[in-house]
Amino acid sequence: MAKDGAAKLSKNLLRMKFMQRGLDAELKKQLDEEEKRIISDEHWFLDLPELKAKENYIIEERSYAPCEDLVFGRMSFRGFNPEVEKLMLLMNTHKEEEDDEEEDNVSRMETDITDEEMARRYESLVESMRKKFAKKRDRSAITKNKEDVNCDAVDNRPKKAFLKPQY
Amino acid sequence: MQAAVKTQRRRSLSRFRRHTNTGHSRCFFAMDPVHACFKEKIGEVLLPGDVFSFRLPESGDGSVKTDKIICGPGLRRNGEEVQVCKSGILRHKPPNMYWIDSQQRRYVPAKGESVIGIVTAKSGDIFKVDVGGSEQASLSYLAFEGATKRNRPNVQVGDLVYGQFTIANKDMEPELVCIDSCGRANGMGVFGADGLLFKLSLGLVRRLLAPQSEIVKDLEKIFPFELVVGMNGRVWVKSKTVQQTLIMTNVLETCENMTSQQRQTLFKRVAEGSL
Repeated sequence: MAKDGAAKLSKNLLRMKFMQRGLDAELKKQLDEEEKRIISDEHWFLDLPELKAKENYIIEERSYAPCEDLVFGRMSFRGFNPEVEKLMLLMNTHKEEEDDEEEDNVSRMETDITDEEMARRYESLVESMRKKFAKKRDRSAITKNKEDVNCDAVDNRPKKAFLKPQY
Repeated sequence: MQAAVKTQRRRSLSRFRRHTNTGHSRCFFAMDPVHACFKEKIGEVLLPGDVFSFRLPESGDGSVKTDKIICGPGLRRNGEEVQVCKSGILRHKPPNMYWIDSQQRRYVPAKGESVIGIVTAKSGDIFKVDVGGSEQASLSYLAFEGATKRNRPNVQVGDLVYGQFTIANKDMEPELVCIDSCGRANGMGVFGADGLLFKLSLGLVRRLLAPQSEIVKDLEKIFPFELVVGMNGRVWVKSKTVQQTLIMTNVLETCENMTSQQRQTLFKRVAEGSL
């Protein structure tokens, strides 16, 4: 590998992505501009004065949905289809959040699973991790104490330590 | 940051007000003649051919801020004028949305609307779906959640599909999709094993989908049911028994031309009679 410095590397090599990660933003801009210059010399263009497009201040909207703020089309009432009811809450609060964006309503993040489910999962996760790293003798103790709701039953058996033989 | 911008604008506007003598309260807005033009006709019946024309400053420099007006369905831009193309009542939604509230039964596909379609044919990579418009819409098999080239969605001819239009104009065949821009289904896709599909007028469908719809609130009290409303006038209802489903269908079809009083008495009678 030639160690003559960066000047000896070819331009194509320098243009590759892995070589550009270490570059500054300025150097990147310079490289881009050089490339554009190369392209524009070869490409043909129209020699016309720059025409400014007239800004349209009348926008046409073909659908009734944004005009009348229509809600989501799937509905379920009195618990007939619980999944659709969950969807209704999700879609309609999502729409309300869009309206309230100006009030900086960033109180709750949108979640895929509910908080209760998250807490339940976390609980069982802690349990399984504890079991995994517990010694064999403690594992049986854990399964015995699982029935307690709060799991704060203390292990009352004396820990089996080395007993010095008494002669 | 938005609060700061608002106060800045208010300060500059108040300075302007002191120098002018006109009676308008918002005279600095160049678009005020436009809004005034519309405002006198809000709530009135307009016919196709009525024109709203207003003279605007010719040079659109940055000096005068032009607000945008959104013309909803029933209004059309014709050069610098706005023409009415449907008969109905002019409605307004602040800040700048105007549209014509009209009644019709024939659906014209529009981009972004959610509709119920019936799958009529499977050809290669797309499904042909009947949405009640002049042409059948096409639905690609990749436009379902979790669909890949190897994992095809389970859609048969005759299934009901709830989807949104991505392309819907008069020059091209409309295209439906059953996912949103993030790739999630959000309730769209094939639905409904049982239940009944029937057709309503578009005006009633919009009243059902309004944010605080009274009809829906009254319907809730009768018995538990599931409802899918497509903006093409198609409604699908499912309830516990076939009889209840038929009752819901009849009630929805008849409550189009009733006042709210008549509707409430009808619903009460139904709720009592169906016990």
